[in-house]
Amino acid sequence: MTTTALAGPPDATRSGRRTNPRARDGSRLSFLRRWVSPLVLLALWELASVTGVLSERKLASPVQIAQAAWELIQDGTLAEDTLVSLQRVAIGFTIGAVIGISLAIVAGLSRFGEDVVDPPMQMLRTLPHFGLVSLFIIWFGIGETPKIALIAMGATFPLYLNTFGGIRGIERKTLEAAKSMHLTWSQRIRHVIMPGALPQTLVGLRQSLGIAWLSLIVAETIAPDAGLGSMINDAREFQQTDIVVVGLVVYSLLGLSTDSIVRYIERKALAWRA
Amino acid sequence: MASLTPDAPGPAATEHVARVRSHNRSFGDTHVLKSIDFEIRSSEFVALLGRSGCGKSTLLRSIARLDPAPAGEVEVNGRTGVAFQEPRLLDWRTVHQNVALALINSPERRSRFELAEKTLAEVGLTEKLDAWPLRLSGGQAQRVSLARALVSNPALLLLDEPFSALDALTRIEMHQLVIELWRRHSIAILVVTHDVDEALALADRIVVMDGGRMAHEWRIGARRDDRAHTRPEIARLRAELLEALGVQPTPPNPNRNRLENQGAA
Repeated sequence: MTTTALAGPPDATRSGRRTNPRARDGSRLSFLRRWVSPLVLLALWELASVTGVLSERKLASPVQIAQAAWELIQDGTLAEDTLVSLQRVAIGFTIGAVIGISLAIVAGLSRFGEDVVDPPMQMLRTLPHFGLVSLFIIWFGIGETPKIALIAMGATFPLYLNTFGGIRGIERKTLEAAKSMHLTWSQRIRHVIMPGALPQTLVGLRQSLGIAWLSLIVAETIAPDAGLGSMINDAREFQQTDIVVVGLVVYSLLGLSTDSIVRYIERKALAWRA
Repeated sequence: MASLTPDAPGPAATEHVARVRSHNRSFGDTHVLKSIDFEIRSSEFVALLGRSGCGKSTLLRSIARLDPAPAGEVEVNGRTGVAFQEPRLLDWRTVHQNVALALINSPERRSRFELAEKTLAEVGLTEKLDAWPLRLSGGQAQRVSLARALVSNPALLLLDEPFSALDALTRIEMHQLVIELWRRHSIAILVVTHDVDEALALADRIVVMDGGRMAHEWRIGARRDDRAHTRPEIARLRAELLEALGVQPTPPNPNRNRLENQGAA
């Protein structure tokens, strides 16, 4: 009796240890395999540059790009320009998010609010907002304002549409349960409506952030004076394709990192979903 | 026996927890409730029985104050708790938070988490305190819903077909739980159902509604553990209830006696 009890568990763990690493090795192998083709492409690119097939004036070699990146990091200009761009996105996105979510709450909570807010929002969202650049320059000049306005404009609509849809998607029966618990209006918003709309709002958040970064890139072509856009613009003037690529890589890294932040928030905040 | 006598208040009439007088409700041209007179006394267990669309749920909603009712037509003394056919929990709050939230505007709001824990223990869900509602089984979720309705210690518990979506075995367990809770808390319970056997198993008084009116009323004297369908008076009552609901009785099986005789031999 005792011997079987003692013999049982180690066996189980041993067999567990035997199968698990194999599965992990398999996934690690496929993970490594997935890196092979990008590295081969990078090597081919380097080869094309070194042999002169790809001229430096068209596209710098990966090694040159890495060197340029290192220099830009060393002299601090990359950090400086990145910070300027980051600040623009932060301000523009915050303004857009506040407007989008507030309007969604107004439209989502009452039919009257919907009738007032929703028609103009539906009309405006069909406007290609990059087309507004000319108007924004006329209205706001060429300083920071048109850049931030463009980012804010882009970020507003996905958050508005998704939050509004999220609020309207909450079941009437759930709202009625809140009523039967005698919750006040503010308690209903806090405990029922906002958390109930959150999954959809987070979808909107990811879309909004994506559009905010895209809007930044377009906005920074307006009379660039500082930021990643101006770095790329200056490099273009001197045909420094290595610096142009560094700028593009930083843009995509920034977009990637905010996206993974939202995904982290999703995992934490939506743990209740089965 | 089977007729309503609203003009006979009886000695305990002053202790009513809910009183409905000449209550009408209509949606458009449809009169759902037609001059309803109805009373629930404290600690009474009433079943409101009827076919779909007879107005029974509408009456419950009026008493729960989920729908607006003209002043004076619906009078409720003390708190009410409501549980519905679906649990209607907030999926984004834990079981514990869901139940505690029902006390957030009550005088006991400071101790709401302790009270919620106590009530969840009563429905046998202590180990599910921190679970998310979507991870619960149907029966467990319905028990949370019951705890949420009970946690504020209401004078009247309103149950709107609360067990009809559960499987038969879980339903029997829930019946036992509700009877136990009713005894322990000595609250009044109004259960709305279309299930004759559920009404027979639970209630002291069964009211059948038809076409927006109170049609019939019965009181059950027998103890709850002594209500087997084989007892002649329960069988008779069951037949009367089915008749009141417009269900034709099953014709007697001519082979029944022969089979029983064979089984005995």
